[in-house]
Amino acid sequence: MTDKIFDVEHVTLRFGGVISLNDVSLYQNRGEILAVIGPNGAGKTSLFNSLTGVYQPQEGKIIFVGRNGKPTSIIGRKAFRMANAGVARTFQASRMFSAMTTYENVKIGAESHHGIGVVGAMLRGPATRRDEKRSDARTNELLNFVGLAEKANTISSSLSYGDRRRLEIARGLAMDPQVLLLDEPAAGTNPTEKRELVKLIRRVRDDMGVTILLIEHDMKLVMALAERIYVLNFGSVIAEGTPEEIRANPVVVEAYLGTSTEKTDSK
Amino acid sequence: MKELLAKTAVRRLLITVGVVAVIELMTGPPGSNTEPIYGFSHSFGESSSFFGLFRTQRWVAFFCLALICWGIASVWFSQGPRIKKSLHDASAMPRRAFERRPVRWAALGALLAFALLLPHIETQPFWQAAMVEQISVYVLLAIGLNVVVGFAGLLDLGYVAFYAIGAYTTAWVTGALPTPPLFGHALNPFWAIPIAILIVMFAGVILGAPTLRLRGDYLAIVTLGFGEIITIFANNLYGITGGSLGSKLIPHPSIHLGPIKYDWGLAPVPYYYLTLGFIVLFLVVFSLLERSRVGRSWTAIREDEVAAESVGINPLKYKVMAFAIGAASAGFAGVITASQSNYVFPSSFTLSFSINVLVLVILGGMGSIAGVVLGAILIQTVTEYLSHSPPSGYQPSDLYIYLGALLVTMMIFRPAGLIPSRRRKREIRLSEVEHEGHLDEVLTGDDT
Repeated sequence: MTDKIFDVEHVTLRFGGVISLNDVSLYQNRGEILAVIGPNGAGKTSLFNSLTGVYQPQEGKIIFVGRNGKPTSIIGRKAFRMANAGVARTFQASRMFSAMTTYENVKIGAESHHGIGVVGAMLRGPATRRDEKRSDARTNELLNFVGLAEKANTISSSLSYGDRRRLEIARGLAMDPQVLLLDEPAAGTNPTEKRELVKLIRRVRDDMGVTILLIEHDMKLVMALAERIYVLNFGSVIAEGTPEEIRANPVVVEAYLGTSTEKTDSK
Repeated sequence: MKELLAKTAVRRLLITVGVVAVIELMTGPPGSNTEPIYGFSHSFGESSSFFGLFRTQRWVAFFCLALICWGIASVWFSQGPRIKKSLHDASAMPRRAFERRPVRWAALGALLAFALLLPHIETQPFWQAAMVEQISVYVLLAIGLNVVVGFAGLLDLGYVAFYAIGAYTTAWVTGALPTPPLFGHALNPFWAIPIAILIVMFAGVILGAPTLRLRGDYLAIVTLGFGEIITIFANNLYGITGGSLGSKLIPHPSIHLGPIKYDWGLAPVPYYYLTLGFIVLFLVVFSLLERSRVGRSWTAIREDEVAAESVGINPLKYKVMAFAIGAASAGFAGVITASQSNYVFPSSFTLSFSINVLVLVILGGMGSIAGVVLGAILIQTVTEYLSHSPPSGYQPSDLYIYLGALLVTMMIFRPAGLIPSRRRKREIRLSEVEHEGHLDEVLTGDDT
């Protein structure tokens, strides 16, 4: 048996009458780079939001195996609890603390799991100062890792799209997560930035040992990175396999290109 | 005519004169049933000499005021960037010096020394009383509300509730209410200070836990309601709070602790020192908090709650914390007011009181401790001055018209307040960009 980090079983998520995820089952192994692809509106982001506690699916089970190796159920847990349990994420449209500098953005991630509460913060005792030093060191380390060290004091909203992605990744990594969920990381980046991003994501897995779950439209990036791929369409998993298998799968081709009769008029 | 109106300067002059004319008419002498436009006609009455105009004719003074405003605005709009730049350059040296720690500590020490000596410099009884009742108390309230509104970004329109709870707690523990006091026997108001602060913080948690799940406008409405509920409780629970008659005599605080013996009596100056001590304490605690992990988490929640949650910040916990911490200084202010004036009445805790404190925070600069303190001192001093020695033609009931005009002007020219907090200023600029879209201009603009 392999070491699973996520195990999603028969998850259904509805918004009123609209079914966003329909009986979705999938899993991810620890240390794997897994991609979820699918056309717009296929339910990819809904799946992400269910995994991070933002949405609460009505049916099914989602099991997450955290640091301690104990499987825990995600459904019903709040987003900040999932973050503390080791699930970090980025957003489709980058969400940074836009009036803060790059450095401050990452530092907030780094100190999120310190135990010092309000009294410690008021008194500024040795424990607080030690924590502060540690999160400063960690912040610098991560800014170097993602290559944003020179832009540490830039206001984050003036960063380019590519840099925003790196910032989000650094902020996520600052929490020492088990798994990093990337929601369309290549959106709005140019080809050079894309290549850099592929390298960076690989380094995150290889050097930091963080499992990667990826949603992406950009097939090139997915094919270059992913070790295994799930294809979603209309809220259901329609295919699963290695990049080669997915590329050759007629069902996937159909979902993306339309049925053969429609091929001429749809994308 | 059309060409003349097309000129910005001319249009600006007409607008300024128009606005000032409205203020002049609103603040002028009231009309009556028989002569409803008395205020209007009277303000254009005859005058014997040219200089007499200035003394007797309000409209002359107001017209001059309009011209002055117009002049300032014209210069500012044409020369503003250059003036800003030269001011910026001129202040570069002192600013750089101020960034050094010893200089800053020395400046703060000098300010504290001045605050300590103030009752000996200003010896008029009116001002000594005003220093405690109007200025210090409002400074306390403003720095507390600043934690809630400025740091955590929660619009609280019922802040007066905490002030009221602080005051009523004082009355309660000193046995001045119809209810039996805490622990069975009456305590001295001095010991009400820690008790009131704890109770008010607890009230902040109780209030915050259910309401802070709401966001933005909804929260503002709910807090507004809470402020009203507390006042209505105080008014209606006759057997507990004494109803609209308020409390019996609340004693003055005193301390008898071993060799330390001190009685605060009727004179305001001892209260001034007591309040000053607590203001310094609250300022230290709040500014340490602002620069700590807690302060950064507040900022994160204020800027993007979803992103804050994604890095493991529990928004509800930090919001409740802000509510409780911000309430503490209001609780203390309540103790001072109750024990110095000897009475509490429900009618003193009104909605307009909450709004007043909020105005001080907005004018001073949301999120900036120095700004909020300055704003509170400035506005309260001017208000007191106007009520103490009103200039001719000023009526106390017109105060809010002037304050409102000031607030509108401030929001146009300095939306982040007198001494803006850097981050707030950036946030305001960024939100302007979202609506107008001159990103480069905003991001390259100076940040001081």
